[in-house]
Amino acid sequence: MKLLLRGIIVFIFLLLIWQAIVSFFRLPSYILPGPLQVFNTLYIQADLIGHESIPTVIETFLGLLLGILLGCLAAFGMAFFKPLAWGLSPILLVSQAIPTFAIAPLLVIWLGYGLASKVMTTIIMLFFPITNAFYDGLHRTEQGWLDLAKTMNASRFKTFWHIRIPAALPHLASGIRIATAIAPIGAVIGEWVGSSRGLGFLMLNANGHMQIDLMFAALFVLITFSLSLYFIVDYLLKKIIYW
Amino acid sequence: MNYTPIQLENVSFSYHETLLFDHLNFTLTPNKITCLLGPSGVGKSSLLRLIAKLAPVGKEEKSSGIVHTDTSQITYMAQDDLLLPWLSAMDNALLIAELNPAQCDLKNLVRNAKDLFSKMGLRGSENKLPKQLSGGMRQRVALARTLLTDRSIILMDEPFSGLDALTRLEMQTLSAKLLKDRTVLLVTHDLFEALRLGQEIYILSGHPAKITYRLILDSPIPRDLADPEVIHHQAEIFHALAKDKFL
Repeated sequence: MKLLLRGIIVFIFLLLIWQAIVSFFRLPSYILPGPLQVFNTLYIQADLIGHESIPTVIETFLGLLLGILLGCLAAFGMAFFKPLAWGLSPILLVSQAIPTFAIAPLLVIWLGYGLASKVMTTIIMLFFPITNAFYDGLHRTEQGWLDLAKTMNASRFKTFWHIRIPAALPHLASGIRIATAIAPIGAVIGEWVGSSRGLGFLMLNANGHMQIDLMFAALFVLITFSLSLYFIVDYLLKKIIYW
Repeated sequence: MNYTPIQLENVSFSYHETLLFDHLNFTLTPNKITCLLGPSGVGKSSLLRLIAKLAPVGKEEKSSGIVHTDTSQITYMAQDDLLLPWLSAMDNALLIAELNPAQCDLKNLVRNAKDLFSKMGLRGSENKLPKQLSGGMRQRVALARTLLTDRSIILMDEPFSGLDALTRLEMQTLSAKLLKDRTVLLVTHDLFEALRLGQEIYILSGHPAKITYRLILDSPIPRDLADPEVIHHQAEIFHALAKDKFL
């Protein structure tokens, strides 16, 4: 709560400086509109921005969900079958080295102009942090716990299920936090590269038409969405993975 | 009554090329608490891990010789309580039911667990998470888990060394009561702990380590530290320990 209050205070302070700069230098609105004008546009164009938010929100959620699912599956597979880890870890590393911007146009060609290519961009961006965090967690189980399971003659599966997985969940949680922070970026990048809907499309379009105020208004909505999503996920993770 | 729970025959163990013990021979007496006393770093923990077949692991640990024992009859309690942070105190104590359900009769186990919790003064803490418990309570839950694993041999690796003096005394008294007539091998560097709980006391010392001293005490446990017998042996053991250190 304190963090939120601090954030709001800093935010308002920055807005004041921004407004002061715009007023003092009499900047034209196609170079830099003041925050008052941005909020005004946000109010007037609420319907449009709201409408364009829907696809972005859906892409983010789908990408996040599928990315977490696939990331967990990959981590499981790698932890259980050594050959898979041998083959998959270099691919994972390479996938992280490729700039998303470079392959996003390809994804549009392969998967089309619609939802699929944006979801895929998002998945590619957050697959690695999830897999990496979870796999790491599955590998760093406290030796004492494993010894304990061994003296109890627990099977490999029981040890995995009752000890290694729960012990790795806090690691997975930090992976999910990072993924949550990137997921909206993935969706917007996907939209930038090729789409006819979404906040990314709206921002690019507004920029092209010198409607900088609309661009900032859309950006504001995007940031608000990203932050809310992050805080909600963070809260849920703390509740569910309480250790 | 020729049952030998643990017998070591010419057992050697090295860690990073350093020989910790060499051709060690040792036989554990059943239904007694045996204390293996020795300075830190002498290889007491390694010996317990070797007996429990938890060592050698990796390239740096090497062993030879024969350990005669049935590992399915061994339960192990470490210095760290090793409670799983996501399970309640009761679920931690009942860990064997999760990890090896085939081995136990759940109804019986739960009844024993409840009984133990009230004997140990843990009643009311059944649903608490480990992080909500004090160090002494956590160690009591670990002891409950060890007892509920219900094996005939209990290996204990300095189980009370992380506790403050008063809690340690409490735990020793409780253990003496609960471990009566069980076959226990307790490793410790605490002379007083050995004298309070040990029915047989061995000193492991030297590099590589050997058993340099053996004492059998028949008086009931837990012994009072002011007991003349204890005071007498205290000096003797202290000399036996110090001889190795300062000569």
